[in-house]
Amino acid sequence: MRLLIDHRTVYRYERPAAGIVQILKLTPRSCDSQSVLAWRIDVSVEGVLKPFTDAHGNLAHVFYADGAVSELVLHVSGEVITTDTTGIVSGTPEPLPKAIYLRTTPLTEADAAIRTLAESCRDPDPVAEAHRLMLAVHERVAFDPDVTHPSTDAATAFRLGRGVCQDLAQILIAAARHLGRPARYVSGHYAPPDHPEQEAAHAWAELALPGLGWVAFDPTHGVCAGEAHVRVAVGLDSADAAPIRGARRGGGAETLQVSVHGRAVASDPPGVPPSVPSAEATQ
Amino acid sequence: MAGAFDEMLGSSPYADRLDPAAVRPVYQAVARWLASASPELLATRRRQAELFFRRIGITFAVYGDPDATERLIPFDIIPRVISAEEWALLEEGLTQRVEALNAFCADVYGPRECLRAGVVPEDLVLRNPQLCWHQLGFRPAGGVWTHVTGIDLVRTDPATWMVLEDNARTPSGVSYMLENREVMLRLAPELVSEELRDGGIRPVETYTDMLLATLKSVAPPGARGEPVVALLTPGLHNSAYYEHSFLADRMGIELVEGSDLFVHDDVLFMRTTAGPQRVDVLYRRVDDAFLDPLVFRPDSLLGVPGLLRAVHAGNLTVANAIGTGIADDKAIYSYMPGIIRFFTGREPILANVPTWRCREPEALAEVLDRMPELVVKQVDGSGGYGMLVGPQATAEELDRFRQRLKAEPHRFIAQPTLALSTCPTLVDSGIAPRHVDLRPFVLMGAHGITIVPGGLTRVALKEGSFVVNSSQGGGTKDTWVMGPGGT
Repeated sequence: MRLLIDHRTVYRYERPAAGIVQILKLTPRSCDSQSVLAWRIDVSVEGVLKPFTDAHGNLAHVFYADGAVSELVLHVSGEVITTDTTGIVSGTPEPLPKAIYLRTTPLTEADAAIRTLAESCRDPDPVAEAHRLMLAVHERVAFDPDVTHPSTDAATAFRLGRGVCQDLAQILIAAARHLGRPARYVSGHYAPPDHPEQEAAHAWAELALPGLGWVAFDPTHGVCAGEAHVRVAVGLDSADAAPIRGARRGGGAETLQVSVHGRAVASDPPGVPPSVPSAEATQ
Repeated sequence: MAGAFDEMLGSSPYADRLDPAAVRPVYQAVARWLASASPELLATRRRQAELFFRRIGITFAVYGDPDATERLIPFDIIPRVISAEEWALLEEGLTQRVEALNAFCADVYGPRECLRAGVVPEDLVLRNPQLCWHQLGFRPAGGVWTHVTGIDLVRTDPATWMVLEDNARTPSGVSYMLENREVMLRLAPELVSEELRDGGIRPVETYTDMLLATLKSVAPPGARGEPVVALLTPGLHNSAYYEHSFLADRMGIELVEGSDLFVHDDVLFMRTTAGPQRVDVLYRRVDDAFLDPLVFRPDSLLGVPGLLRAVHAGNLTVANAIGTGIADDKAIYSYMPGIIRFFTGREPILANVPTWRCREPEALAEVLDRMPELVVKQVDGSGGYGMLVGPQATAEELDRFRQRLKAEPHRFIAQPTLALSTCPTLVDSGIAPRHVDLRPFVLMGAHGITIVPGGLTRVALKEGSFVVNSSQGGGTKDTWVMGPGGT
């Protein structure tokens, strides 16, 4: 499936802010389930944008703004062809040993309730166990954009029984690690063909399963990641894989506006270079 | 503890008059001085020392003590003396140990051969909170991770020194080593000059020159010309702030806080009155977690946004390197003999204290059984906090620790209570033996290891106490390492 992503982040500062430095994990890498045809980051102010690869192998950038700015717009746009691999992730660089993804972080600590949930899903078959875990989280935690915030940890979100994709992903990660399964956070985009224009910022989890390697589970939708998912960055938790982490001096209060749109469009026949995307959605 | 080795008198008891025949050769001059000085004179010297320390402001903050935010560490005016032969052994053992600690860091963040070889369990390293995963695959300038290491040693008999703890993150205390010597020179010039004439107390004041040379030697490939070094402190409220300002002053480098620094285009700069100046080497006395809010704790105001980018781009050396906590972790400590054998191919020269790893069920059972005779330590504790000294614990404390161990065994190790050596110490009742340890400071630069002959001797001032931590009522002494011509 061919997906167009348009991701715009606007920071407005009360007064001009100086010394802006941001780490951006906004660039997807091609792998067996996705092929990145075009991708660009446009920053609205003067500065230095330098690419680097982080410890997980993510394509990252650091942005250093010159001078003081009162508005900063990061515009990310691109085009990706996705393939359904039933969630199996392959063709990624994997510089870190899998055991790193068994580490506990403050955002993914399993409390007694999450440990109980994990234990209830134990299964001799690791694939069955992973699906049971994902479905258990999907059923136990309702999607609700108004109760949690970006620094809510897994245990708190699970206690509330509500949260956003970030919370569900972190609960699944905490439970999987409790069962001895390496698990990591994925930030990305979700653009299903039946919803041609929608908020597409999304997050899910990858679990390392014997014989299969990393497999992507989306507890928000209760499915393995498929053609509608664009995988951008991985990390131990949402802070580690965060699309943008920044710092500044001064500037007073900040308002943040994020809009992410994903659109599935008709694929060109193989061998034909990508053309101007059509507005039609396709199955 | 009965039977502890006294460094002045061996096993002879302390008496009102020191018997010169009982005094070990290395302590002869000190014993003569003690015999000739009246109790009043010693008491006066002690008061003068305290005044001196107060005047220069060498105090430290005790965390969690609401009554005293700033306290003076008591200084004992009777020096501790180490012979040239004893030091030669220590120097060799410390060099070997720090080489192994550094090689362990390089391996853990690099090829991980010691994990594959089973020297240390893989999960203990890869899941260790001290392992900094952002540093996996990174190689610092000169291959040096542990630029400054403080090794805590205890002595249990004339021939045996044991490593109690490695400090490979931001070890402190070296300013006491330097100031204690200065105070001794002022307060007991007759003693010091006699010793100097007889063979030589080896100087320690070269430490800051050696430290600066070490730091400059690991300037990153991106540095141009003479490397610029700065010392990063968490600020005035840190317990070691005095030491930070002291060291920066002696080295003639800038003492900076996070707010004085910024990173632009992957280069670290400090703000100066003459405009931004590039920094090549940052001697940081700020913990890893606070160094870069874009990677570590986002709420940290003590670090610099983008610092890790400057390091990874090869434009900045941070000393000690980020992530060295994996090497001095208390859970890793018990594997040090194997780590030394693996990386140096030789038997450890300095012994480890026998350690029970409570994460292992048989060890846990034994520790629960023998707790009244053991010291139990939390692997993620420091400074004597989260520690139980079995022989001095109440039944209630023992019980509480048993419950904690059963609940989270992996968080604890246990060691036997050691008969730490004693040194003559001036106390209210006169001169008496008190237990001591020793923290020498080992420097590692691009050209190898250097150790200033000396260290910080900490003394437990309470009779019978083994706890030398300054936060728990310990004091310090000047530490004399004698030259080859000395006694």
